[in-house]
Amino acid sequence: MTTDSLTVDDIKARTRAFIGKFFKNIELQDDEDIFALGFVNSLFAMQLVMFIEKEFGIAVEDQDLNIDNFRTINAMADLVKGKVL
Amino acid sequence: MAIKKVGVIGAGVMGIGVGQSLAQGGYEVVLIDINDQILEHAEREIRSNLRLFKMLNKGVELDIAATLGRITFATDYEHLSDADFVVENVVENWEIKKAVHLKLDAICPAHTVVAVNTSAISITRVGSLTKRPSQIVGMHFMNPVPMKPTVEVIRGYHTSDATIATAKELLAGMGKKGVVVQDMPGFVSNRVLMLTVNEAVFLVQDQVASAEEVDTIFKECFGHKMGPLETADLIGLDTILYSIEVLYESYNDSKYRPCPLLKKMVDAGLHGRKNGKGFYTYE
Repeated sequence: MTTDSLTVDDIKARTRAFIGKFFKNIELQDDEDIFALGFVNSLFAMQLVMFIEKEFGIAVEDQDLNIDNFRTINAMADLVKGKVL
Repeated sequence: MAIKKVGVIGAGVMGIGVGQSLAQGGYEVVLIDINDQILEHAEREIRSNLRLFKMLNKGVELDIAATLGRITFATDYEHLSDADFVVENVVENWEIKKAVHLKLDAICPAHTVVAVNTSAISITRVGSLTKRPSQIVGMHFMNPVPMKPTVEVIRGYHTSDATIATAKELLAGMGKKGVVVQDMPGFVSNRVLMLTVNEAVFLVQDQVASAEEVDTIFKECFGHKMGPLETADLIGLDTILYSIEVLYESYNDSKYRPCPLLKKMVDAGLHGRKNGKGFYTYE
């Protein structure tokens, strides 16, 4: 994919769509803590890391491997934005 | 003994965990398995597990590239010609273990200590295959290895005090400790756990209680993290049956007779978490 036309809203929409596969019938807010909802455990964080790397063609570096970067849609959008926009 | 280079035989779930823990402890590791496909999978798993470790342990000092860089992935045992220590993690099958230990004994230098990672195989019997029975020790690691702080260490008939000290030194370098026990079938862990699980299955068979009720009593009355039947599902009911059969054959004691319901479930293909159905159903 190209990143030329990627917007923060695109990042959020795609991330929400990915998480939606695991959270059926839940309207997830941009600032809602995924791990606090109790449906997934911390292992899910690695699936988010791999999704972000593949979907947006970026490398999540050692220093980014902090669960706080993956808690909310906003946090993930910030991480991706910092790397591609 | 200063341990620098450690061989890890078998890149399955246990070997991957042991290799990762050793590399995190700063050891130079050679992870050996039979083909490149298994090794490539192991490398991906270790990388992913290291990243998860970093994610879950905020502020931990862990250079992922450097840690991975300490592991050589190989199919050739010749890499072990200067190994100080070897941890063997191949399947719990005597003929396969035997072949591996004969090979290790021929290639490793005289000072190398060889640990057998097993929950069932006699350490004394493995020792008898080799020219170094005093340097053969059992190490029963628990899964997931990087998360479990304690290892059951087994002293075979001929295992020396120096070997036990070296094994403990290796574990200390991995941030773990060992509890040393004598070599009898099932050691401590399996001898008690398998009997407990088997008796729990009898309770369900005899309709004394449901699986949930048995597990609830262990968790809420005894404070165990998991009940015996959840544990059985996690380990795999086929593995549980195999282990209890080994104990039965080893001691010729009827207290280890496998519960008929356990046999029936295994025959019916209910193997626990790994295939979605055991005492509980998994999605």
